[in-house]
Amino acid sequence: MKHKYDVIIIGSGPGGLAAAIAAKKNGADDVLIIERDIELGGILLQCIHNGFGLEIFNKDMPGPSYAQHFIEEALGLGIEVILDTMVLDITPERKITATSKRIGFIELQARAIVLAMGCRERSRAQIMLPGTRPAGVYTAGTAQRWVNIEGYMPGKRFVILGSGDIGMIMARRLTIEGAKVERVLEIMPYLTGLTRNYVQCLIDYDITLQKSHTIKNILGNKRVEAIESVAVDEKWNPVPGSEEIIPCDTVLLSVGLIPENELSKNAGVTLDPITGGPFVDDRFMTNVPGIFAAGNVVHVYDLVDWVTEAGYVAGRSAANFAMKEKITKISHVPLSASENIRYVVPHAINRESLKEETVRLQMRVKTPIEEHVRIIVEDEQGNLLTRKSEAYARPGEIITMEIKSDAYDDVQNAKQPIVSLHKR
Amino acid sequence: MAKEYDVIIIGGGIVGCMVARFLSRYKLDILLIEKEVDIGMGTSSANSAVIHAGYNALPGTLKAKTNAMSSTLWEQISAELGVAFNRSGDYVVATNTDQMNTLGELLQQGKTNGVPEMEIISAYEMRKREPLITQDVAGALWAPTGGLIDTFALTVAAAENAVLNGTEILLDTPFEDFIWEGKRIIGIHTPRGAYKSRWVINAAGLYADDVMHKAGVRPDFKIHPRRGEYVILDKADFELTRETVLFPTPTEKGKGIVVTSTLHGNVIVGPNANFVDPKEDKTVTKEGIEEIWTGAKKLVPSINRRYIIANFAGLRAHGNAPCLTPGINYTGDFIIEIPKEVKGFINLGGLESPGLSSSPGIALMVIDLLKDAGETLLEKPNWNPIRETRPVFRHLSPTEQAALVKANPSYGRVICRCETVTEGEILAEIHAPIPATTYDAIKRRTWTGTGRCQGGFDMPRVVKILSDELGIPPEEITKKGKESPYLIRRTKDMGEEA
Repeated sequence: MKHKYDVIIIGSGPGGLAAAIAAKKNGADDVLIIERDIELGGILLQCIHNGFGLEIFNKDMPGPSYAQHFIEEALGLGIEVILDTMVLDITPERKITATSKRIGFIELQARAIVLAMGCRERSRAQIMLPGTRPAGVYTAGTAQRWVNIEGYMPGKRFVILGSGDIGMIMARRLTIEGAKVERVLEIMPYLTGLTRNYVQCLIDYDITLQKSHTIKNILGNKRVEAIESVAVDEKWNPVPGSEEIIPCDTVLLSVGLIPENELSKNAGVTLDPITGGPFVDDRFMTNVPGIFAAGNVVHVYDLVDWVTEAGYVAGRSAANFAMKEKITKISHVPLSASENIRYVVPHAINRESLKEETVRLQMRVKTPIEEHVRIIVEDEQGNLLTRKSEAYARPGEIITMEIKSDAYDDVQNAKQPIVSLHKR
Repeated sequence: MAKEYDVIIIGGGIVGCMVARFLSRYKLDILLIEKEVDIGMGTSSANSAVIHAGYNALPGTLKAKTNAMSSTLWEQISAELGVAFNRSGDYVVATNTDQMNTLGELLQQGKTNGVPEMEIISAYEMRKREPLITQDVAGALWAPTGGLIDTFALTVAAAENAVLNGTEILLDTPFEDFIWEGKRIIGIHTPRGAYKSRWVINAAGLYADDVMHKAGVRPDFKIHPRRGEYVILDKADFELTRETVLFPTPTEKGKGIVVTSTLHGNVIVGPNANFVDPKEDKTVTKEGIEEIWTGAKKLVPSINRRYIIANFAGLRAHGNAPCLTPGINYTGDFIIEIPKEVKGFINLGGLESPGLSSSPGIALMVIDLLKDAGETLLEKPNWNPIRETRPVFRHLSPTEQAALVKANPSYGRVICRCETVTEGEILAEIHAPIPATTYDAIKRRTWTGTGRCQGGFDMPRVVKILSDELGIPPEEITKKGKESPYLIRRTKDMGEEA
C-alpha cells in the first residue's frame, strides 16, 4: 500500500462511504478508507431493521442492504480499504498513525482527511444512574451488536431507559426474539426518538412507555435483579411515593449519542459543546484546513439518508481541497441559533457557496412545540434569507431547510444571520 | 494424602497477596485461598489508590506503625513488582483559621509518627503549585512522601510474584471452617476440600470478623463496613496541574472528600463514608454523588459534572478493635496478632485505610510474629523478587509500538478504543500466572472498558476473546464470576420459553 493519499476517510459507516465515493468522483485519485471493524458499513451492519433509504432511494431498506449499495459502489470505483485497523492519531498536518493486526503499525500522509468516526452511546455514569454495578447493564447499541451480529441474547427480561430510536428498535427486536420488555422509561415528558419508531416498535408490540419516569436504583450484585423506577417532575426531581420495583435481568440504556471526536481533538479540531462535533462550514470543513467531517461525527442525525448526503458534500469538498493547487482564503459568515433552536449545522457558510448551489441547514429545537411553527433565517438587518413552516417542532426530529442561490447577495453583506423559530 | 502446607492465607486482597509475596521468600509451602473468581475483588478493587504519608493515624496505633514502616519501601516494591508508583506528595488544604489549627495538629502528629519533610505552606504557595485550588484556600499541609499507586496492578503483581516463587493460589474457594487439633488450628475446610497447614492467616478483609469468630477469637470484634462512593473524570476533560492528592482538612468524620490524580490519568473524586448493611452493599446513590461532588467543588471549583465518566463504591473494612498500646484511647485499630487462646493462627483484621499504604508493613509484622512464635524462616536461595512486566501499548512511544506490533501482531489490534488497549495485552492477561478469566479481571489488569464509553465498544469483543481463549461458550463468560453472565442464550433458541 501507498503512504500518501489524496483523501483518507476515517470510518466506513454511511458518512465515510459517501465521502469516499464523492471524493473519488470529484477528482481525487488516491482515496483510502480506514475501518476499525472487520468489514465495511459501520453500525449499519447491526441495524437489521428497515427504515433506511426512503429519502435517497425512495425505498425502505434494512441497514445492511443500504450499506451494501455504497460498499459496492466504493469498491467499484477503486477506492482502497484497510479493515480491522484503528487510527491512533491525526496531526493538523494530516499525518495519520494507525495500527492493525494484519498490516502492522503504519504512518500515512493525506492531502485531505474526512473524519467519519460516527458517534458513541452515552453511558451509565454520564446520566448519573445510581445503584450497584452488576452484569446486565448495557447500552442499547452494545445489546444490538450482540443480538444482530454475534447472535446472542443479553437477557430475558428488560427495562429500557430512554425513548431514543435504538432503544425502541431494540425493544421490538428483543420481543421478536422471545424476551420480555417490561417497560421503556423516558425522563423527559416527551418522546426523544422518532414518532414512527414509537408506533412501529412499542405500540405495535404492546410495550409500555412511561414518560417523565426514570430509574432510581439498580438492584443486584452479580446480575441485575430489578430496577426501582420513579416518576419525575419537570425539574427531574423524583415524585415521592411513585417508586415501583420492576423485576428484570437487564437494563438497556438508550440515553443519547455523542459524536466521537477524540481523534479530532488531537488534530486540533475545535468542537461545539452543544453538538459535541466539530464546528463546520457548509462544505463540512472543520477549523483545520483540509480536515473535513461527515455524518454523526458532526451531529447526530435522525436519518441515515441525511448522513449519506452530508458525506457526499464532505467528500467532494475534501477532493477539491486535495486536488487544488492553490488554496484561496475562505470567507465565512457565521450562523447563530436563537429562540428555542438548540443548534444549527453548518455553523458557518462559505460566502462563495451560494453562487453554485443551495445550502442545507439542519437544526434541532430545545423543547417540543405541538403547533404550527415558522423557522426564519434573517440577517442582523432583518433581511430574510429563507424560511420554512412546520406542523410542529420536536427535539427528537431534525428540521431541515435550505438557503437558495437567490440569497447570495444578502449573504455577502450579512455579518451573522440568525436562525429563529416562532409559533404561527 | 493431600499436601500439607506451612501457611494458608485466607483472602486474596492486597493484604493477603502482599503477605504471600513477603512470605514467599522463605522455605514455606504457602496456599492462598480467595472466595471470589479473582484476587483483589473486594476493598482492594475500589479505593482512592493513594499511598498515605502517615500523618493521619493516631501515634501509638498499629495503623501509624505499619503505615510508617511501609512508607519508605514503595520505590523498591514498585520497582521489583513492576507497578506504577509516583511519590507525588499530598496536600491537606485548609480554608479557614480553625482548619489551619488542625493542620498544625496534623503536622505534629505526622512528626510523632516519623513522617519526614512535612511542612505547612501558605495559600499563595498552594495556589502557585495548584492554580485550580479554591480561592478560599488559607494554607495547606504538604507531605512530600505521600504518593499514588496502581492498586489493581499492585495486588496482581504481588500475587503473581508470590506464585512465581512457589505460592499456590486457589480462586473461587471460600473458607468454610477450621480443622482443629485440640486448641491448635491445623487446616481449613473449603468446598473444594480440606487443606492442612501449620499456620492459617486471616486476611479476609470485610469478613475477617467471621473468620476470627470461627477461630474463637475476639467475639466482640465486628467489621462494620463503611461505604465510600467515588466518581471518575474523563482524562481528556480534566487533570490536575501536577499529579497529586488534594485532601480537605479532616474532621471527626474522617479524611473527607479527596480530589486525586490516578496513575491511569483520570482524576477521581471521593469518598464519602456511610455505614452499610449488608456487607456487600456497593450501591452508588444519588445523594452520595451529590455529597462527594459538593465536597470536591470546595477544593477544586472548576470541575464540571460533564467530565464524569464512571462512578463506583468501595467498602472499608472498619472494625472496632481497641488500640493495645497503654495510654492510647482509640477504637478502630488494625489487628495484627497471634491470639493467645489459639495456636497456629495469625489474625489480621480491621484493615481499613491506611491498609493499602500499610500492606508491606503488615506483611513484615506477620514475618516477625512467625519468628517470635519460634518459626525458623530460611530464605530460599533462588527467591526472585522481580515480577516481569508485560507490554502496555499505550505507554510506548510510536517507535516502540511499531516494534511491538511487528514482533507480535496481536498488539496491533485495538480492542478498547478509549484507553487504547490491544488484543495482545488482553491475551497476555488471560495466559498470565494468575489468569484473568472474567471481564472485570481483564478490566482491572489492562484498563479495558474504563474510558468514556465504559465498555460499550469493547465488551462484545472481550467476551469473544475470553470465550475463544478459555474454550467455553460466550454464555459462560461472566463479569465477575458465577451468576454474572453477560449473555443468556443464542438468538432463535427460545427453548421452552417460546
